[in-house]
Amino acid sequence: MVEAIRQGIWEEMEVDPTVFVIGEDVGAYGGAFKVTDGLIDHFGKERVIDTPISEAAIVGAACGAGLMGMKPIAEFQFIDFISCGFDLLTNYAAKCRYRWGGNIPAVFRGPCGSGVRAGPFHSLNAESFFLNTAGLKIVEPSTAYDAKGLIKAAIRDPDPVLYFEHKKLYRLPRLREELPEDDYTVAIGKARIAREGRDVSIITFGAQVLNALDAAEELEKEGLDVEVIDLRTLAPLDKEAILASVKKTSRALILHEASLTGGIGGEISAIISQEAFEWLDAPVVRVASIDTPVPYSPPFEDYYLPQVKDVLDAARKLAAY
Amino acid sequence: MAENQKQNGNRKGPRRRPAFQLRINTKYAPRKVADGQVLSCITGSSLTDKQLLELYRFLKLTRLVEERIVNLYRQTKVVGGVFRSLGQEATAVGSAYALRPDDFITPIIRDLGSVFVKGIRPRDIFAQYMAKAWGPSGGKDLNVHFGDMQNGFIGPISHLGDMIPVMTGILLAARMQKKDIVGLAYIGDGGASTGAFFEGVNFAAVQRLPLIVIAEHNQYAYSTPTNMQTAVRNLAEKAAGFGISGYIVDGNDVIACYEVTKQAIDYARSGRGAVLIEAKTYRRKGHAEHDDQRYVPDGEIEWWEKHNDPIDRFERFLLAHNVATKEKLEEITGGVIREIDEDCEWAESSPLPEAEGAAYGVFDNSIVAPAFRPKILEN
Repeated sequence: MVEAIRQGIWEEMEVDPTVFVIGEDVGAYGGAFKVTDGLIDHFGKERVIDTPISEAAIVGAACGAGLMGMKPIAEFQFIDFISCGFDLLTNYAAKCRYRWGGNIPAVFRGPCGSGVRAGPFHSLNAESFFLNTAGLKIVEPSTAYDAKGLIKAAIRDPDPVLYFEHKKLYRLPRLREELPEDDYTVAIGKARIAREGRDVSIITFGAQVLNALDAAEELEKEGLDVEVIDLRTLAPLDKEAILASVKKTSRALILHEASLTGGIGGEISAIISQEAFEWLDAPVVRVASIDTPVPYSPPFEDYYLPQVKDVLDAARKLAAY
Repeated sequence: MAENQKQNGNRKGPRRRPAFQLRINTKYAPRKVADGQVLSCITGSSLTDKQLLELYRFLKLTRLVEERIVNLYRQTKVVGGVFRSLGQEATAVGSAYALRPDDFITPIIRDLGSVFVKGIRPRDIFAQYMAKAWGPSGGKDLNVHFGDMQNGFIGPISHLGDMIPVMTGILLAARMQKKDIVGLAYIGDGGASTGAFFEGVNFAAVQRLPLIVIAEHNQYAYSTPTNMQTAVRNLAEKAAGFGISGYIVDGNDVIACYEVTKQAIDYARSGRGAVLIEAKTYRRKGHAEHDDQRYVPDGEIEWWEKHNDPIDRFERFLLAHNVATKEKLEEITGGVIREIDEDCEWAESSPLPEAEGAAYGVFDNSIVAPAFRPKILEN
C-alpha cells in the first residue's frame, strides 16, 4: 500500500506543478514509512519540504499555500501528532470556505492504527476527533487500489481531506495487487462492497476490513452469508450504501478500531436505527476497541483491539437473535 | 572506527550560518518623554506631502469608522462585540502603507487601519459587524474575519497566533510561484505567547521567507498586563531566539511605523528572511466595548489620550511642517465622514441573510450537498 500511495502522489506531482509535499523528514529520508521516498530527488527540495518538528507550522503553511492555489500534501509522521495541528485543522482549514469562500485544497495524511505494538502515542485512530467538525473530508483505504485512487482524488479535491493510512497495511503481503496502468481515482464519499452477502452486514473500514473478511469466511462454513461494507470515506458518510446493505440483510454489525465510546459506530448506528428501523430484525451492534489508551504490551493490545473472534461471536449472536 | 571518523570529518554538511548576534534596531523606538514635551512625528521621511495626507486620511477613517460602529452598537444594530484600536491606529496604518499592492497582510482585531490600506471598504466592515447578507462573509463570520485574496488580505480567526503559520504558507507558495511578495502578520503582546506564533515564525525563519511580524505591544491582553504575559521587557527580544532581526518602533508615530516597516520589507525582500518589529503603543479602550477596564491604574488612559494620541501627534507634524493647513485637514475629515455616511447607509440597507443559507458552503456544493436541516421520520 505504501507503493500505491507513493505512486499516486508521484503521478499527481508529475502532472500538476501546484502539488507539493510538506512534513517532517519527508525529503532525503523519504518519510518515516518511506511514503515520500525518492520524491525529493525527482521534484527537488522546493516541492518536497522538510519542516521543523512543528505540526502547527505544517498545517498552517499548507492552509496558506492552499489559499494561494497550491495543492499541498502535508504529512504527519504518525497520525497521533495530528493533535498538535488540531487547532489549525479544525478552526482554520475546516472553516475557511464556509466563512468567506477561501478554499483550501490540501491533503493531510499520515499513518494511523494500532496492532503493531507501538504504544499509546503511535497507534491512534483519529477519525472521531474530526467527525464533529464540519469542513473536513476523511478517507481511509483498505486496499492498494483504493489507496492510490483515493490519494489522487484527495489531491484533486477542492476541499481539505484527511487521508488516514493504516500502518499495518503498508507492507502487508496480502494486499499486493497489480494496479491499473492508466490514471484512475476512487470517488470520495463512496463505500465499496468488499464481500456480498445476504444474512448480516458488517460495516467497517481500514485494517478491520481484513478481520471482517476473515470472519465472513469462517461464518460461511456455518452457513451464514455475510456482507462486508468497506466505507473508504468516513466523512461525508455514504449513507445510501450503508442503508442499502442493511435493508438487504436486516442485521448490522459495525466494526471499528478506535475506542467504542464516541466512535464512528455510534453515528452509523443512529443512521441505521432512524432510517432503516423497519427493516431491522435485530439490534444494531458495535464491535470496537475498549475505552482505554492503546496499551503497549502484546496481551494488552490484543485485548484492547477487536479480534476476529469478537466479530464471529457478535455476528453469530446477531444472526441468532 | 577510524575510517568512520574520517568519513564523518570529510562529510559535507549544510553550510553553517554565522552565529546570530542579538541586535535590536532601535532607530525608530520611542524616546523618553520629558515633562511638558509635546510629541509629534519623526522627520526625515521619504514620504511625499500627498502620501502624508493619505496616511492622515486612513488614520481618520479608522478612528471614525470605529466610532460609527460604537454608535451602531449602542443602537443594538451590531450583533456581536465591538473591538477598538483607539490610540494605536498609527501602527496598523503606517506599517501597511509600506507594502506594495500585491503584498499580503494578516491583521488582528486591532488593525482595522491596515485593512483599509489594503483596499477593503468601510461598507464591508459595517455589514460584517451588523451580520448582513451583503458583507464579505455574507453573515457567516464577524468583523474583519474574512479574506480578500485579490487585495492580499487574509482575515484573522479568534485563535491568536494561527495566522503566522498561515502567512508562512502564503509566502512559501509565493516562492514556488515565483512571486516577489512579502507578508505582514500582526500579533499582540498576548498572541506572542502562543505556540502557533512560535512555530510559524520559526518555520519562516528557517525557510528565510520574507515574513514581517508586527508585535503590537499595547500593554494589555484583555485584562492581563505584559508583565504577566512574558518575562522579556521588549517583545523584539524574542527575535533572537529565532535567529531573525528585531526592531522596536514608536507605534504611535505613524511615520516611524511606515519607515521601520519599509526598512524591514527591503531587508526581507532581499532574501535575508523574517523580521520581528515590536510596536510600542497603548490600548485605550477595553478588550471589547463591554469591558470596564477596572484593571487599569488611575490616570493611565488619560495620560495616553492627552499626551500620546497618534492622530494628535500627526496633526501637529502636518501643521508644523506646512504639509497642510487646519482647513485642509478638516476637508479630509469631511470627506471621510461622507464616505462613512454613505457606506453605513448601504450596509444598513442590506438584509440579514436567508436562514437556509447557513447550510451552504461547508464544502464545494457542486460535489457535496449543502447541510440542510434533515427531515425527521419522513418517507
